[in-house]
Amino acid sequence: MAVVVAPVPERLRRTRRWERRYAIDRSMRTLALACTVLAVIPLVTILAFVTINGITALNIDLLTKPPKATGVGGGALAAITGTIQMVSLATLIAVPVGLLAGVYVSEFAGRRMANVVRFSADVLVGVPSILVGVFVFTFLVLPFKQYNAFAGSVALAVIMVPVIVRTTEEILKLVPGDLREASLALGVRRWRTVLSVAIRTGWPGILTGIMLAVARAAGETAPLIMTALGSRLVNIGDFSRPMSALPLFIYENARQPYPALNEQAWGAAFLLLLAVLIINILVRARSLRGPRR
Amino acid sequence: MSVQVDTRRLQGRRRSRLPDRLFSGGTAFVAVVVVALLVAIFVMLATNSALTWQTFGLSFITGTVWDPVTAVYGALPYIAGTIFSSAIALVLAAPVGLLTAIFLAEYAPRAISVPLTFVIELLAAIPSVVIGLWGVFVLGPFLKVTVESFMVDHFGWIPIFKGPAFGIGLFAAGVILAIMILPTIVTISREVLVAVPGSQREAMYGLGATRWEVISRVVVPLARSGIVGAVILGLGRALGETLAVTMVIGNGQNIPTSLFDQGQTLASKIATSFNEAQVGLQTSSLIALGLILLVITIAINIVARVFVGRASSRVGGL
Repeated sequence: MAVVVAPVPERLRRTRRWERRYAIDRSMRTLALACTVLAVIPLVTILAFVTINGITALNIDLLTKPPKATGVGGGALAAITGTIQMVSLATLIAVPVGLLAGVYVSEFAGRRMANVVRFSADVLVGVPSILVGVFVFTFLVLPFKQYNAFAGSVALAVIMVPVIVRTTEEILKLVPGDLREASLALGVRRWRTVLSVAIRTGWPGILTGIMLAVARAAGETAPLIMTALGSRLVNIGDFSRPMSALPLFIYENARQPYPALNEQAWGAAFLLLLAVLIINILVRARSLRGPRR
Repeated sequence: MSVQVDTRRLQGRRRSRLPDRLFSGGTAFVAVVVVALLVAIFVMLATNSALTWQTFGLSFITGTVWDPVTAVYGALPYIAGTIFSSAIALVLAAPVGLLTAIFLAEYAPRAISVPLTFVIELLAAIPSVVIGLWGVFVLGPFLKVTVESFMVDHFGWIPIFKGPAFGIGLFAAGVILAIMILPTIVTISREVLVAVPGSQREAMYGLGATRWEVISRVVVPLARSGIVGAVILGLGRALGETLAVTMVIGNGQNIPTSLFDQGQTLASKIATSFNEAQVGLQTSSLIALGLILLVITIAINIVARVFVGRASSRVGGL
């Protein structure tokens, strides 16, 4: 806040009460600064430790080999391919659902329906991710008596959908009504107007929401534990069987008593964090500048 | 310039409204699916835990024993673990978060506050399992040799500080949760503080107030319900956070009596026991833990939205 405070007259400055008030002001400012530093410290140390431990753990084996069937060794290939596949399928499921629901809230819904959908999406964002896993388990794992990667993808999709709904709706609200009216006045149909004018204008923002949802899904572990389960085998394309994922690999290896496996967990954490942070930084930096363009 | 329009042709081609109806109907259907998802999660957890509720009734919530061998299940140790760890997180994160938000909104120049806010938002993007990994190998050992052993050595005679300090346990889980909910509290509080109209501040400065007096007597009171909402939203996140907590809380099956005891939360109990559980009463009881957690988090989220919503409309209406 740029507030210009007039200089205090000398006769006021001498009173003890004045001095006490300003001493409080100064100490609270210092305290607030200290808290801010304290709030940033965890981020810095997490980044530092993951980077240092991760880079030392990185090697060709980690990137190109699956874990050994028994004992120590191998790499994270099964986890890397698993994350890519499950997050891709989850994105394929979640984007149409989230996008269309967001379009409905912003373009077609009456006030009451809009509130209901918006509220549901908000509450869904707050549902603990492990419960999404349990939910998907009850209808995609339990009936088939087989942990499978499809259930994992569906669980990740359920986590992505509300994020996409909310960002799509927020972005479409920003698209000026004039643009839609101009299109409608030209005789363009409503659905075509929504697709070619509203969504197209808001696309960079919508893409931001999708990418943030992807980053969130890529880091989720809890819902995969009881759906995709994890696997030591490189599973390419067989979604009816268990599949590994980077977060599962980290969770699993962090609990092992072997330092070599713990080291692999750091390496995988570095890869995961790198991917997630790159997506976040690119997307957020862009959306900071976005509206002004 | 005039354009010749053949009106007969336009009239002749009566435009069907079908494509528009199909499109809006389609989006409406998908939107209903999103709403149904929330209902479905509740219904599936309720029906799949029915066996537990039939067997134990409400005494499941107050039961303190979880024993697969004798098939007796009670949720209280995990409810306690959830509440205690979240309470530690709130005690640590709420004041730090509020003061950070105040610094970012009121004291820091824009050139500092914008990048710092960005950095704190990034903290929220770090996957929970990565924070857990850091918690197990870095934070836990650090807490063990610093805060925990200090408290145990000097205040161990007070029951809640009783040792031994493991470095993993309730306290470490609380600290991890505090770190994870800090971005929520900071970013939302900062937004609410920034939304307080400048005229309110100027009026106070005009009366000769110091900056802290303006903040503590005008800005924060006006933003109060938004800040409360931000803290409750953080609480909602802490209650349901799974992986990082699972990794650092240890594996205690009793109601924790000391800050440094090991424990389990509702979420961590599900995460660690679900795959080994026998389908039947044991799985049903784990899902029942999930139902308790779902009801708590949904209630907390609704309360938080009410507060945040009221704050923004009131600040805007000033």
